This record gives sequence, C-alpha cells and structure tokens, in this order.
Amino acid sequence: MSKHIQVPFKKEDILALRSGDRVLLTGTVYTARDAAHKRMAEQIEKGAPLPFDVENQVIYYVGPTPAKPGQVIGSAGPTTSSRMDKFTPALLDMGLRGMIGKGYRSEEVKKSIVKNQAIYFGAIGGSAALISRSIKSVEVIAYDDLGTEAIRKLEIENFPVVVINDAHGNDLYREGVEKYRQI
Amino acid sequence: MKVIHYEDIVEKVAEMCIEANYDLGEDVMNAFQAALKTEQSETGKEVLSQLIENADIATKQRVPMCQDTGTVVCIVELGQDCHITGGSLYDAINDGIRKGYGDGYLRNSIVKDPLERKNTDDNTPGIIHIEMVEGDQLSIHMTAKGGGAENMSDLKMLKPSDGIQGIKDYILDVVRVAGPNACPPLVVGVGIGGNFERCAYLAKKSLFRPIGERHKDLEVADLEVELMEEINRLGIGPQGMGGTTTALDIKIEVEACHIAALPVAVNLNCHASRHKEATL
Ligand code: SF4
Repeated sequence: MSKHIQVPFKKEDILALRSGDRVLLTGTVYTARDAAHKRMAEQIEKGAPLPFDVENQVIYYVGPTPAKPGQVIGSAGPTTSSRMDKFTPALLDMGLRGMIGKGYRSEEVKKSIVKNQAIYFGAIGGSAALISRSIKSVEVIAYDDLGTEAIRKLEIENFPVVVINDAHGNDLYREGVEKYRQI
Repeated sequence: MKVIHYEDIVEKVAEMCIEANYDLGEDVMNAFQAALKTEQSETGKEVLSQLIENADIATKQRVPMCQDTGTVVCIVELGQDCHITGGSLYDAINDGIRKGYGDGYLRNSIVKDPLERKNTDDNTPGIIHIEMVEGDQLSIHMTAKGGGAENMSDLKMLKPSDGIQGIKDYILDVVRVAGPNACPPLVVGVGIGGNFERCAYLAKKSLFRPIGERHKDLEVADLEVELMEEINRLGIGPQGMGGTTTALDIKIEVEACHIAALPVAVNLNCHASRHKEATL
C-alpha cells in the first residue's frame, strides 16, 4: 500500500502526497543534524555557498553508528527534528524540498513547508537496523571532522517513511491523534 | 569476603553494553507482539511490525537496534562484604563502557562539557549510582538510555493536596507533550516521593523493572494499571502517528517524603528499552 517516489522530487509528486501516506523513497538524500545545521547557518549568514545545492533536495536528520567492516553504513534511524527547526525555514526558502526525521515541527517550520510547497516525512524512530538496509551507498561530502554528524550523501532504495506535514498544511501528528483519542 | 578483579568488571560491562544494544529484551518483544494484536490503527500496526523486524535484524546481524546507542546508566548493588582489587569501581565501569562501545561499533554520544560540547569519543563517562547492600556480591544493572525520550522527561514538585488526581493529570500531560518525540510506544517510569533529586532517581530506577511486572504494593500496582489504560486512550499511538498503543508499560516507585512535599518525576523511555543485569 506504499507509494513509490523518486528523490530529489518533482513538484507534482510533492503536491500529490497527503499526511498519513506511506511512501518508499528511492534516489539521493543528504544527512545533516545539529552541528551540520549550525555550520550551514553560519555559511548562509556569511553569504558563502553550502556544501551541496539544496534546491529540490531532501535532508535526512541522522547520526549513524560506525559501520562494521563490510557494512555500507551502521544503524541509521532518524533523530528528533525539532532541534533543527531554528535553521529549517532559511533552507526551505533556498529551495530545500523535503526533510526526514521524527517528532514535532515548530509552527514556523510548518508554515514554511506550506509556503515553499515542501514536505516533512517521519521515519520510524528506533528502526535503525531495518532502515540501514535501504541505504545502498554513502559518501561523506562535508564536515568530516564532525564524525557521526558529518554531511553524507546517501543513495537510498525503498526507504520507508510516512508523510507527517504535507504541502497543503495537514499534520499527521494532529490528525492521527485526534482520530484515536478517547480522553 | 569476596574479591572481585577490576578486569572482570570491565569485561562484563563491555559485554552488557554490546548485548543491550544488539538484542532487544524478551519483555519488549512480547509487548510488541501483544500490541500488534490490539492496535487499532493500520499505520500503528505497520510501525509495530517494522519494530519487530528491526529487532530481528539487529540480533541476527549483530548491529545496534537504534543508532542512538545512548547514555550508559548503571545502578550497582555493592555488597558490603565485597572487595574490589586493581582499581576503582567507577573506573572499571567506565573502562567497560569504553571497550563495549568501541568493540561493538556503537555510537559515541557523550560530550565532555555541556557548554563546549566536544565528544569524548568513547561514550564515557557513564552515569553510575552505587547502592550499598548486605552480602558479598556485586550486581550491575545497566541501561543504554536514548536521548530522544530522556529529553521529554520531566519533574514537578506537586502539593500534597493535589493528591492522586494531580499526579495522574501531571503524568498524562508529560506523555501528551512528548507525543512523537520520545519514540512511542513508551515505557513510562515514575518516581513519587523522596525529594527533588530522589524522585528523579526513583523514576529512572523503575524503568529497570521488566515490562509486564507490576509493583509489589497492590495500591501502587493498581495505579499503574489505571494509568496504563488512560495513557493508551490519549491516541498518540506508535511513533505518535495516531493509535491505541502509546505505552507498552508504566512503572511507578514510591518513597517517604516531607510532610509539605509531593515530588513527582516522569522519566520516559522509548521502545528501545535496553537493559542488562549481571552479578559477579
Ligand atoms: S528515543 Fe529511543 S528509539 Fe528513539 S531514537 Fe532515541 S534511542 Fe532510538
């Protein structure tokens, strides 16, 4: 019952998705979490170019475990997105299209998602060994000194996510809970 | 008097760190299976199935079930007739963590200083609580505690007049605010009584009790059952995407407190509830 979507996105694909949709993503995404976001924000402030062109791209909030010999990547589940909220609207304004993480986004991020016709996916927090199997290659492209927090380019295949905030202002964390709430 | 060598503690702690992160406890797995039968939401069921599959992969391939391999917290029961040779108990446990996190390819998630935030690169120091007990044994209870759920934990100094209803309202509020951020389905740990720091410790300690095991005091056990039902009526569900499985269990510990006080701490644990224990 999952939809298959290629990333980076085509705009029509984003507009066709709705909160609650289960999606399998295939293509390229970039990893970044707290420290990498902080550095990217400093670059933006200085007017310096970012380590990758964010236009139409997807950022995955993750800090993987070290790969064992023979592994492409260690366990790689999502981290809490709200810690990146402060930096996100600026990236969305620069053309970033999607984010994969877990947990609530701020009102400001949600507004920016609608304004920029972007999308926020939830991956399953703690499902890190399973998620790693859909990561086919990894390349550190910037901030190598940050270790687990470096920016990595990932080739993914059938990476399982659920749409949380769609481009139309829907929010699964609100609607899903309302549907099952009994107190 | 029993003599325990430093190196034996190092080896044991290293092994526990690795196993806790690779092998999900049977109690959690059973709770997943039970929840899969009762969960009402299709997405919720899908999440639970993926978590079961994830735990299987982690065990079979000897990899961590979650990338956040946590802060190591140890509650150590040290028999007063037990003697440790070769170095300090604290150093032995930290050496064990260092070895386990290195050998096991686990993620180093500790910064040396909360302000400078530079990684210690070996996941030490762990948080070590030592309780003196009778006898000559050394028992180590360890957990690898994830940051996501820990960040959504909370503590409040209630008034005695707030009573049981006040306690319940507060616990439900903490779970509601945590929503998806703490990676539900949760294990909710509660400490009631003691004082400011003691109730937080009780909440943490309660999480070491296996899922499904109720408190020995029937009154506390009843409160656990009641709260469990109410938490699962909040609608948060697996991963906060809506559903009827918000918690796998709730644990409450109580202790004496001041006549003017009613401290309550809620320590949330995610479904990656990783515990090991060993006696030397
Ligand atoms: S809260 Fe738990 S399951 Fe979620 S990412 Fe952290 S350790 Fe993993």
